[in-house]
Amino acid sequence: MLLAVLLQSAAAAGLGKLGAALGAAIAVIGAGIGIGKIGSSAMEAIARQPEAAGDIRMNMIIIAALVEGVALIAIIVCLLTLFL
Amino acid sequence: MLLVAFLQEANAREESDTDNKEQQVDVNEIVFGHIGDSYEWHITDIGDTPIAIPLPVIVKSSTGWHTFLSSRFEEGDGEYEGLYIAKDGEYKGKIVEKDAGGNEVKPLDISITKNVAGLFINSAILVILVLSCARWYKKHPVEKEAPKGMVGMMEACIFAINDDVIKGCVGKDYKRYAPYLLTAFFFILINNLMGLIPFFPGGANITGNIAITFVLAVCTFLVVNIWGNKEYWKEILWPDVPWWLKAPFPMMPIIEVFGIFTKPFALMIRLFANMMAGHAAILSLISIIFITANMGPLINGSMGFVAVAFGIFMTALELLVAFIQAYVFTMLSAVFIGLSRTEEVREEKEMK
Repeated sequence: MLLAVLLQSAAAAGLGKLGAALGAAIAVIGAGIGIGKIGSSAMEAIARQPEAAGDIRMNMIIIAALVEGVALIAIIVCLLTLFL
Repeated sequence: MLLVAFLQEANAREESDTDNKEQQVDVNEIVFGHIGDSYEWHITDIGDTPIAIPLPVIVKSSTGWHTFLSSRFEEGDGEYEGLYIAKDGEYKGKIVEKDAGGNEVKPLDISITKNVAGLFINSAILVILVLSCARWYKKHPVEKEAPKGMVGMMEACIFAINDDVIKGCVGKDYKRYAPYLLTAFFFILINNLMGLIPFFPGGANITGNIAITFVLAVCTFLVVNIWGNKEYWKEILWPDVPWWLKAPFPMMPIIEVFGIFTKPFALMIRLFANMMAGHAAILSLISIIFITANMGPLINGSMGFVAVAFGIFMTALELLVAFIQAYVFTMLSAVFIGLSRTEEVREEKEMK
């Protein structure tokens, strides 16, 4: 029943929009996994050597921004499919 | 379950009231109206009348230069001196004129639009902030006194960026590039922060406009490539890789040349997408309140609470993202500049 409701609203909205939304969702999954791995390895590194916490924190933020940048490129592509 | 019920109700409602579309809130128009550019600075609506600051329109059309305030477009049913704002089509929302064949043609348009006015305001804020801090250093002997207050805060910020980011990433001759990198950092930071403030003079979505981030990326591109030393160009055009990757068909050089363009391109897209997505998310969350306005007080109240809570969270997140994006742009530009000033790696010395 849930699937029927979702399919009905998807057909009304158009398959292109469904594709764009799915693409954005998959891109965000990738970004989430990537940033999660960065965070976990940063936590382990800080636990091993707490005095390097400042350096590690800076590098973690930088690499998280890079991974997020790639995910946002995918989001931009999804938006372009919606509007072009 | 609640979400399914909500979806079904929203779907049914969409099919049933296609005749009273004026009551339906056009979220698209709200979100993209706030994110996009316009010829007037809309401040608020009192009742039904909009309060907006009309901005000057400077256009060179086929009949010469026209300079007037954009409020003229409301006076004479949308047309003034042969120019009007296109309602739809390829030039929707921009000033067009009709040429001899009856087609809509876009004239040379250098108007002061909302983004341009926002840029002027933010640049004035930046210049006043930095120069007034610099004046403190001229008036007080630096060896004896330490600055307090705003000058002290600016000194801490500038030193943090200078020492950690610029000195660390650029390398030896960081002093040549420090002015550009510090200017880029504070420009992006102030524009991001002013974009988050919802009322005048903030609220113009400047760094979420791809033209502006394009110019910033072009600046980094020029600084990296024009002042790149010979070693940098040698590593691109004839890199130190096995001969079969570069001799008959220059695979690595082509990839490296491609890389010259993709790195500033990624800088541009990263800043643009982060800022635009943040603004769009906050605007959409606030629009939930207006969408659920007709659906009864229970749904409206609960969704209103949800929207306010999420809106506060998203705004706090956007504050963090504003700072992080300025920091990452500056740091990556510093890294690219540092890479373009590499020294020759001497292989013999490494094999000690």
